[in-house]
Amino acid sequence: MSTLNSVADLGSRIGDLFTNIIGWTLFILIIVEALLVWVIWAYRDRPGREEPKAVHGHVGLEIGWTMIPALIVTIIAIPTISTIFRTQAPPPDNALTIQVTGRQWWWEIRYPELGIVTANEIVVPAGRPVTLELKSGDVIHSFWVPRVGGKRDLIGGKVNTLTFTVETPGAYPGQCAEFCGLSHANMRMLLIAETPQEFDRWVDTQREPPAPPTGEAAAGPAAFVSGGCLACHTIRGLSTGVVGPDLTHVGSRQSIASGLLKNTPENLARWINDPPAVKPGARMPKLPLTGQQIATLAAYLGALK
Amino acid sequence: MSRLRRLTGWLTTVDHKRIGILYGVSAFAFFLIGGIEALLIRLQLAFPRDSLISAETYNQLFTMHGTTMIFLAVMPLSSAFFNFLVPLMIGARDVAFPRLNALSFWIFLFGGIFINASFLFGAAPNAGWFGYANLTSKTFSEGQNLDFWLLGLLVLGASSLIAGFNFIVTIVNMRAPGMTFMRLPTFVWMTLITQFLIILAFPPITVGLILLGFDRFVGTNFYNPAAGGNPLLWQHLFWLFGHPEVYILILPPMGIISEVLPTFARKPLFGYPVVIYSGILIAFFGFGVWSHHMFTVGLGPVADSAFSIATMLIGIPTGVKIFNWLATLWGGRIRFQTPLYFALGFISMFLIGGLSGIMHASPPVDMQQQDSYFVVAHLHYVLVGGSLFGLFAGIYYWWPKIAGRLLDERLGRVNFWLFFIGFNVAFFPMHFLGVMGMPRRIYTYAEGLNWELWNRTSTAGAFLLGVAILVFLFNALVSLRRGAVAPADPWDGRTLEWSIPSPPPSYNFAEVPIVKSRDELWAQKKGRRSAVPRSEASPEAIHLPAPSHYPIVVAFGIITLAAGALTHLWVSVAGAFLMIYGIYRFAFEYRSGAHG
Amino acid sequence: MIAEIHAGAHALPTSTGLDHRKMGFWAFLGSECMFFGSLIATYMVYKGKSPSGPQPHEILNIPLTSISTFVLLMSSLLMVLALAAVQRGDRLGAKLWLFGTPFFGSIFLAFQVYEFTTFVHEGLTLQVNLFGGTFFVLTGFHGAHVSVGVVWLLSLWVMALRNRLTPVDATIVEIAGLYWHFVDIVWIVIFTFVYLLQ
Repeated sequence: MSTLNSVADLGSRIGDLFTNIIGWTLFILIIVEALLVWVIWAYRDRPGREEPKAVHGHVGLEIGWTMIPALIVTIIAIPTISTIFRTQAPPPDNALTIQVTGRQWWWEIRYPELGIVTANEIVVPAGRPVTLELKSGDVIHSFWVPRVGGKRDLIGGKVNTLTFTVETPGAYPGQCAEFCGLSHANMRMLLIAETPQEFDRWVDTQREPPAPPTGEAAAGPAAFVSGGCLACHTIRGLSTGVVGPDLTHVGSRQSIASGLLKNTPENLARWINDPPAVKPGARMPKLPLTGQQIATLAAYLGALK
Repeated sequence: MSRLRRLTGWLTTVDHKRIGILYGVSAFAFFLIGGIEALLIRLQLAFPRDSLISAETYNQLFTMHGTTMIFLAVMPLSSAFFNFLVPLMIGARDVAFPRLNALSFWIFLFGGIFINASFLFGAAPNAGWFGYANLTSKTFSEGQNLDFWLLGLLVLGASSLIAGFNFIVTIVNMRAPGMTFMRLPTFVWMTLITQFLIILAFPPITVGLILLGFDRFVGTNFYNPAAGGNPLLWQHLFWLFGHPEVYILILPPMGIISEVLPTFARKPLFGYPVVIYSGILIAFFGFGVWSHHMFTVGLGPVADSAFSIATMLIGIPTGVKIFNWLATLWGGRIRFQTPLYFALGFISMFLIGGLSGIMHASPPVDMQQQDSYFVVAHLHYVLVGGSLFGLFAGIYYWWPKIAGRLLDERLGRVNFWLFFIGFNVAFFPMHFLGVMGMPRRIYTYAEGLNWELWNRTSTAGAFLLGVAILVFLFNALVSLRRGAVAPADPWDGRTLEWSIPSPPPSYNFAEVPIVKSRDELWAQKKGRRSAVPRSEASPEAIHLPAPSHYPIVVAFGIITLAAGALTHLWVSVAGAFLMIYGIYRFAFEYRSGAHG
Repeated sequence: MIAEIHAGAHALPTSTGLDHRKMGFWAFLGSECMFFGSLIATYMVYKGKSPSGPQPHEILNIPLTSISTFVLLMSSLLMVLALAAVQRGDRLGAKLWLFGTPFFGSIFLAFQVYEFTTFVHEGLTLQVNLFGGTFFVLTGFHGAHVSVGVVWLLSLWVMALRNRLTPVDATIVEIAGLYWHFVDIVWIVIFTFVYLLQ
């Protein structure tokens, strides 16, 4: 989850500016600390030392050590301003728009151009610009995937945008970066960049309704309804709840519970059994489900690929 | 004197020196509480997925740690110095409004107790020291945690404002004859600038808190986006206060350093006028950079650029001060004693904090650094490496004057080195954690991100820092019990406070000094002129303000008023009556002529 | 602040020649400028941002409020007269004008009370929209300041009635006057931004 070795243009531009600035700051740091050490060494009191001369100031020095920092500041400010404008430029026409709505404590993801709704994992095509439209459904959150670039806040009543192009396919973890309540630490996500072909395949799969469940998962839909899950979750063709994440293809995700748990049957069961125990304050309550219901649901959700 | 009379003496004192001691002891107690909160935080973060502390408790701990350290530790520690030293340094016998001075203290103490009392109800504030809307609305923060917070801060703000008015008048209007502004000790100048910052910066946060109070108690929608309100309004109001606040926290310690360095280098402060003007510029422009705390909210490239440039520009006068301090040491005859160690620690550590601040000043870079441990590193380098080191320099420097005893020099060095090492081990790794993508304000973190090593290192450093503080406490207690008696001028100082006994008599100066130059005492000692002509009568004829119990009564009324908002209306009514009664008696107290 | 007149009489000369209390009060007024400035800024930021509920042009009664504004302005005139009376030892004048000023101030407050209750009846409350919230908080805090001023001035009037106000006390009356004029000026600004510039 490092901010270095960026995989996207946004992060690279930021990284270059960071390298530039830290170079200057380290330069200043070393020189001034060295000066300090030298001064206290050279002018430490020793036997026989004379009383120091009362020097009150020196105009030349004052001008010098005002102008040189001013110059360095100017040198830092110029690439800063240009990077500000480059990173906040309007997105190019071929950018893929993705709407991210932050809610306590998960991420709702919508692809309006593609008709896809998912949660907590953002799949993007590598090599193509992506624009995130960031909104909040409750309090202020902040979208941050360090390997991709900087962060942007999600604020009620405002739409912020973040535009980037990920160059290298891979899965990059991210986390909410604005304190948003009890489980702020647990509001995680994954940004997955895929090759254009893989991305197209992903889009096709997401658009399809899920395959009918078989085996242990066959009783899933009924359990989903009788367990009350339909009140909060959408599974295309089965339910239309919008309080919690869309679960139509939840089985295809690498993690569940906003990045807290790997997507395995055991973890699905653990989560469904007692969400607040896994994620303090989770809006999903501990429902009165039997062990059988939980097992069925876990199998069903795991099969929703 | 009986114990009871001694106690009531402290409760009714209007003597600036006693009030300074009250501030200092209270601030240190709160500092210890804030430190324990920090150690608990570090224990929790030493291991990933740790369950030592619950999410809720952790959120309360980091909120109270920040609130306590800023409002109940660093600011009042500075106030302790303002109180004890400013009148001495300007040749005055007290502050302009001695009873208002006491009032400020009692409001502060009761406010600090009030906000910490929330722990007893399991309802300590838990939305961060900065309390961003709309998390702070009743909808998303149902309990009384944030009511404690906003009421407590309103009360504490009143204390700071009242003290601000007092010290401005004191410094402007009570200087000894001949003490022109450009002969004021640097610490007094920094104090004056800080007071202006306080009286102008606290009103915006007062308004912000009032609007939050209306949202929470009355159902308005100032910060509610669902009803058209804008959560960013809070951020603007908060940071309009918050940025000047950081200068409020750093300028007095900078003033302390500017006194300590010349004394131990045995040379005057280099570039005194430039250091003063830099302080004024920093304060003035400090009101123009607040949105650099908001670089990720989407202000737009023009606003981002403007605030970025303004922020970088402030780095210049700050750097100028550092160079002037170095030039003060250059050519000197430097004696290495504990106050100087801390002053050197200040320069070296504040420099690091200031440079990481320059990095934050660049919005694109800040996009990665904001809300990460990189900022936590930065803020602790300037607030601990800067403010706290400066305050400790002041404690060691003026302890003999205040306590009449010397602190042990060897223990002082042990204290310094443990502090310096512990501090760096605790906070330098946080730069790395920030670069590695660790956000702040998280009660736990996932394994496998390589965050474990630096978190554990940081925790070790924090505990070492704790040991350093214990060494100081030991040093202080030993000094008070059986420390060597301090002479009037143990360091061969340059300013007027060293011309009177340690500790000073209640009237400070038997004869009001007449000032002919900067570093007046040094000029006298070095025999540059004959003994200063004396003015005024014998100590017995000196009028001192009489003690008063109305400050504590009014303060109690105010805190009762606040507590009523959390309990019952009649409690507030009772508090209001007590406050108004106290104010009236306070106002008329001297009209009968009994002013001591 | 009312007291310490005796202290003032015996006190050491001040560095600037200005009375401590007056200087301190100016500092306080500086902070009050920031306070009201923040409230006014909040009003301005939310101006026009109330999609529903009563709007300013529907509810504000400029003719009526102009009268109360005039009354408040006149009260400042009376304050000037009160200070002049105290300064020259005119006891009767002091009693008269030190009553007149808070009396006019109370008339202003009465107008405010009438205005607020009318607005509430017409549907403008603190909670109904942002106009309601910002309007009542801004004018409410101003009204609270006026009320404190009224109590302060009436206290001085009672002192005058007991013949306890002498020319030596001119400074404390002057300070009360500073406060009163400040509160008046703030009202002019509020009246301009809220009522006149819609």
